[in-house]
Amino acid sequence: MSSHLLLMALFSLFVSAVFATLMQDDPREQVRLGARMFGGFMLVGLVLGWVLFFFPL
Amino acid sequence: MPAAQPTQPIAKIAFICAAAWAVPGAGHVLQGRTFKGVVFLVALTLMFACGLWLEGQLFPFEFSQPLVALEAFADIGIGIPYFAAHALGVDAGRVVAATYEYGNVFTIVAGLLNMLVVLDACDIARGRK
Repeated sequence: MSSHLLLMALFSLFVSAVFATLMQDDPREQVRLGARMFGGFMLVGLVLGWVLFFFPL
Repeated sequence: MPAAQPTQPIAKIAFICAAAWAVPGAGHVLQGRTFKGVVFLVALTLMFACGLWLEGQLFPFEFSQPLVALEAFADIGIGIPYFAAHALGVDAGRVVAATYEYGNVFTIVAGLLNMLVVLDACDIARGRK
């Protein structure tokens, strides 16, 4: 798999699942927190990607 | 505020921590938190396996290179899957692979997250949660 986006999504999924399960006890709250964390990971990754796009590195 | 009294003997707490390290999620399953334990087992083992599939490397304990030693310490945090990977010969990685660094990140973070899971299991055993 060479898609950076899919790899970022896969990594975010695993980390979000673990942190949501650690931080909440109720399954519904775990799913809700996990979804929010996953969305946050993806959003920040995309934003940072575009910010860094304009730097000539 | 007085410290919380442990609800279980120290030896049992140590056993739970060791089990939690060896098998991701085992510490939670042993203490009746089966759903959490299964989630940790599936997520962390899959994450570690993805790292190896992405041709990441399991680093050796080379103390002359501190960062490599730290990566090795993080890798071994996953427990038995680390030794299984060595036994199966899939620990070498491939430096020239396009996904090599991704693989390393997956294996390292899987190990570090399992360390967090061990700490959580220890807190549960000590009656803090």
